[in-house]
Amino acid sequence: MKPEMQQKVILRVVSKFLIPFILLFALYVQWHGDFGPGGGFQAGVILAAAFILYGLIFGVQKLRRVVPAWVTRSCLSLGVLTYAGVGVATLLMGGNFLDYNVLSHVPTHGQHLGILLVEIGVGVTVASAMITIFVAFAGQDR
Amino acid sequence: MVLLLFMLATGIAIVRLRDLFAVVMLTGIFSLLGAAIYVVMDAVDVAFTEAAVGAGVSTVLMLGTLALTTSKEKIPSVSFSWAGMLLVVVTGGVLIYGTLDMPAYGDKDAPINQHVVPRYLEKSGEEIDLPNVVTSVLASYRGYDTLGETFVIFTAAIGVLAIIGRRRRKKYASSDVGGKNGSDKPAKEGLS
Repeated sequence: MKPEMQQKVILRVVSKFLIPFILLFALYVQWHGDFGPGGGFQAGVILAAAFILYGLIFGVQKLRRVVPAWVTRSCLSLGVLTYAGVGVATLLMGGNFLDYNVLSHVPTHGQHLGILLVEIGVGVTVASAMITIFVAFAGQDR
Repeated sequence: MVLLLFMLATGIAIVRLRDLFAVVMLTGIFSLLGAAIYVVMDAVDVAFTEAAVGAGVSTVLMLGTLALTTSKEKIPSVSFSWAGMLLVVVTGGVLIYGTLDMPAYGDKDAPINQHVVPRYLEKSGEEIDLPNVVTSVLASYRGYDTLGETFVIFTAAIGVLAIIGRRRRKKYASSDVGGKNGSDKPAKEGLS
């Protein structure tokens, strides 16, 4: 966004140090949402925050080299498709739409699988939506 | 109570300040205070979302907007009007009157605590078998709602792309095309 931001050594080093931990925390929130606070939405936002931090410090051009436009755009729809696809899958397997019980022989296992897939769908869509919006705002040079 | 007072002070400061950079920072603080209130009310999942979205990402997006526009608010030319003040006070009064009917926070006789909440708390252990009931309500019992929310976010990103992303592409396209083929194509794109 601003060229002088790329000169700050402390910001560059600290953000490089922090970004892996933010990514790890996002994954933790994604997979641990069944047991503690969190879930797909929060994980997606935190994941996007790591990329946005990278974009703020190193510039949008470099961020676009890490996640090109086609990646965020296809992930944007991929997440929604995953969610709705789980619903269609349950329909095809003889249940109602988004009725996870039919996904496995044991109903609770089916529920676990369904919730896991659905949360991944939410996380993917939210993360790519946030990155897309950030790049749309920060990528223009007036 | 202290948190609510802090939120009130922040809100008044947001209204009074003309420096939009400070206003954006204060809205971030406002969201953080809101997240703290949710933690006090034991709604950790909501607090998580509020802290990440309200205090984090939306502040960055607002700063990005300020970088594109200006960081000083224009002083409005309209002076104080008593009719507007009356309208605001009456509307606020009606809204507060509307909340008087609502059950108090944590009231065990409230309708939601009579049917839905005990049902979820008792049965989700056998039906879903997840320790976090919030997740099972969000993703399974209310799966349709969450699907709708995901579509809302999808639509929001598509909308931003359609409004802002397009102008940028047109600029690139017109400069590219103008360099190669002359001034014929950009005019057509402007029409379509």
